[in-house]
Parts: sequence; C-alpha cells; structure tokens
Amino acid sequence: MNFVDDSVELREVQKLEGHTDRVWGLAWNPATGSAGIPAVLASCSGDKTVRIWQQNPSNGPFQCTAVLEETHTRTVRSCAWSPSGKLLATASFDATTAIWEHSGGDFECVSTLEGHENEVKSVSWNASGSLLATCGRDKSVWIWEVLPGNEFECVSVLQGHAQDVKMVQWHPTVDVLFSCSYDNTVKVWAEDGDSDDWHCVQTLGESNNGHSSTVWALSFNATGDKMVTSSDDLTIKIWGADIIRMQSGGIFAPLPAIMIEQFFQYIGQVFTSEYDREGVIASGAADDAVRLFVESEESKIDGPTYNLLTRKEKAHDMDINSVQWNSA
Amino acid sequence: MVSGLINANPVVYEKKERRNRTEPGDVDEYAVDLIDQLEIFDILLSTIRFIDIKDPEHPYSLEELKVITEDAIEVDNQRSHVRVTFTPTVEHCSMATVIGLCLRVKLMRSLPSRYKVDIRVAPGTHATEAAVNKQLNDKERVAAALENPNLVDMVDECLAPSYA
Repeated sequence: MNFVDDSVELREVQKLEGHTDRVWGLAWNPATGSAGIPAVLASCSGDKTVRIWQQNPSNGPFQCTAVLEETHTRTVRSCAWSPSGKLLATASFDATTAIWEHSGGDFECVSTLEGHENEVKSVSWNASGSLLATCGRDKSVWIWEVLPGNEFECVSVLQGHAQDVKMVQWHPTVDVLFSCSYDNTVKVWAEDGDSDDWHCVQTLGESNNGHSSTVWALSFNATGDKMVTSSDDLTIKIWGADIIRMQSGGIFAPLPAIMIEQFFQYIGQVFTSEYDREGVIASGAADDAVRLFVESEESKIDGPTYNLLTRKEKAHDMDINSVQWNSA
Repeated sequence: MVSGLINANPVVYEKKERRNRTEPGDVDEYAVDLIDQLEIFDILLSTIRFIDIKDPEHPYSLEELKVITEDAIEVDNQRSHVRVTFTPTVEHCSMATVIGLCLRVKLMRSLPSRYKVDIRVAPGTHATEAAVNKQLNDKERVAAALENPNLVDMVDECLAPSYA
C-alpha cells in the first residue's frame, strides 16, 4: 500500500440507524470478520441500550440483530468484547458494568459489577481475557479477575488520578494497564512482582511532554511499542514504549514513554484515536471530521514524523465520539 | 435549589429598551439559518430567570443581573460556532456551573444541532474560573449531569417561561 497519496479517501459504506440518542462507543467482536464468519459490531448509546450489528451475508450490509436493553438505567458509555468474543462488557453512567454472554443470537446479562460510586466511563479486557479493568468519575480504576462460571472478583481499586478517569486500556501484550483522565494525565499501572499489589508506575503529565487538558482516549499499535493519546488540548500525541524493559520480569521496569510527535491543531477536542494493524492512526474530533495519519517513510534524525493521509470532513453531522478499526 | 441563590442583594440593572424583533419561532434544521448575536442574546435572556429569596414573586433575568451582555456572545456561522461569556453575580458564586449549564441547555434546545457551543466565565470574574470552564465544556460531564433528575429540575425551572 502506498500512503501519502492523494487518491486515498474515506468512503461511507453504510449508516447504521436505530439508536435514539448519541452513540458513545463501538467495539468489533474480535472472533468475527474473517474465515467466513460475518463481522459483528456492538454500539452503545445515551439511549441506555447496546445494539449488536452483524454483516449479513459476509460481505453484505450490516443489520441490527439484537438490542440489549432494560438493564442499564442510564447512558451506556463504553463496550468491549472479551478476546474470545464470547462476552461483552458494557460500562454505564448508572455506576455498573454489565457482562453479557451470547448463545445463538440472544444475549443475556450474566453478571453485574458494582462498586464505582458514580458514572463508569470505560471497560477493557486484557490480552488473555483473564482480567477486566473499569474506571469512572469517582477517580478510581478497578481491576477485576475473571473467574469460572462468569464470576468476577475485584482484585484492586486504584486511586491516584486527581479527577474523573475517562478511559482504561490494557497493553496488547503485557499485563500493564493504562488510564487517562480529566486531570490531564495518563497513568501506567502494573502488578508488583512480590506482593501482587497493583500500583502506579508512571504518570505522563505536562512535565514530561504530556497533554495540557483532559485526555479522552488512548490506543496501542498491534505490537504495543507505540501509543496514541487524544486530548481536549486539540492534539494527539504518539508515545514510544520499551517492551523489553516492561517485560523484564521480577523487578518491574517502568515504561519509558517519550512524546514522539505533537500533532495537529484540530478545531475541536479530539475524543478518540486508534491504531490499525498496519500502523495507520484514525482519529475523530469535535469538528465532525475523521482523520487518518501515517508515519512518514523518511525518518528524521530526532525521530519519526507523521503525515495526514486523508481527512473526511463532516463524516458525521456532529462530534465523532469513537473510531474503531475492524482488524480482521 | 434555585431560590438559594447565594446573592441576597443582587444589583439589578435597568432593562435595555428592546428593539422590535419578530419571534424566532421554531428553528428549522434544514434552512440555512444564520444566527446572529442578538438572536442568541434574545434566546438566552428571554426565558432564563433567577429567583431572589427576598423577593420570590419577581424573578430576575440574566440581563437584569448583567450576567450576560450582547457583546459577550460570539457567533461564527461559517463554522457553526457560538461562544457565550458570562459573568457570575459574585466571584465565588457557586451557582456559576448551574448558570452555565442553563445557558448550554437553552442553546441546545434552541439552535440547530450543527452548532458547537462554548460557554465560558468572563476572565477575572470567578475564583475558580478554569475549573468552571472545563466542567461546562466537557460534554461527557454535561451529559451525565443532565441525567441527574434534581439538576434537570433546577435547570428546567430556570428555563421555564415567565408568565409575569
């Protein structure tokens, strides 16, 4: 694929309608979309429901195959599939996280995680599906262990952020948890080898080239050596991670993150950005546009640069809340 | 509640002589309707009122309290942006976030959805101005606040048409 190419553009293939309030989050079921299995997408909304969409047939249009309702009593802010694709976790302003299992076309709520004092904003599964993390306006990050029989046990409540935590995301290869917040920082949490206690091992704030306002989202590339963060300060930043140091077992080595490139001045807060499998970054902002960025082939002495590959203005009529690549 | 406005003796300004304008009416989403400053001012002021505990029979409007003035409204029709700068009645006014929320809700209900609204406290007029501004412009926080029935009641009471 030859990038930085005038002919690259984003084309809308379908508009999925059904939700009656803003759509906050999306998630592709990782066990679908290849080997003849039609792609499945979950979307969650201010209308308190989650909708499941399936491509039918495999390369045809998406249809809504299920509506998960009458469970959450307030906005559903975020949803995430377990790595096996068998479970869907949904985080809600009603202070709970629901776990859904599907058999056939039906979804059933098999567990409800309680504990947050108020709105839960995000939920994330680790790479093996053995751990779940949630975060919320109560400034805390919770880590839950996934036990047999759809049981979930809280193993840690992490305090440290000074404000509302907007998103949590597990690293794609190592069990290290990242969180970003209204306090303008990104925090990195890891388990202490000796005591099995989780604690904050690094904070990425303004003093180390971090954001100067709310950090809305973070996302890793496939190998986990790069992370992109999006912020109310109108920029996205790309960070480098040293996986070897992260993995050196026993004594945990803090993740050294350096800001590789400060981006682009958007006309609007950047709510979301995501790496695809090949390292293309998609971002969505309050200016209703979706942008794609790619690393430049010419590397500079002081580090990589990124180019805007394409921009789709007015991709939606209002703010873009979430972008998700289908990585099948 | 609203009647607990932390300002027992508000300074009331003379209401400006309003020039004759036709009612804005329902806003047509699809019309290329250009909004101007005065129209927004009218939208905001015509129905927001605060009740003075000493004089609950005579609610005061934001204009009378000099909370917003016409020149504190900026409109960019090209980008569909509106910015409203308001002045809380006292520097530590704990109602600042509620006033800001009322302004936002009123505009949300009155303007076409393509408009992005920025609500700010006038610089130098509030002790925790940055904190208030951040909260007022965090759409997730605003959305969550508007799911709180007590807060919604308070906002609705402020925005209810006055029959005086």
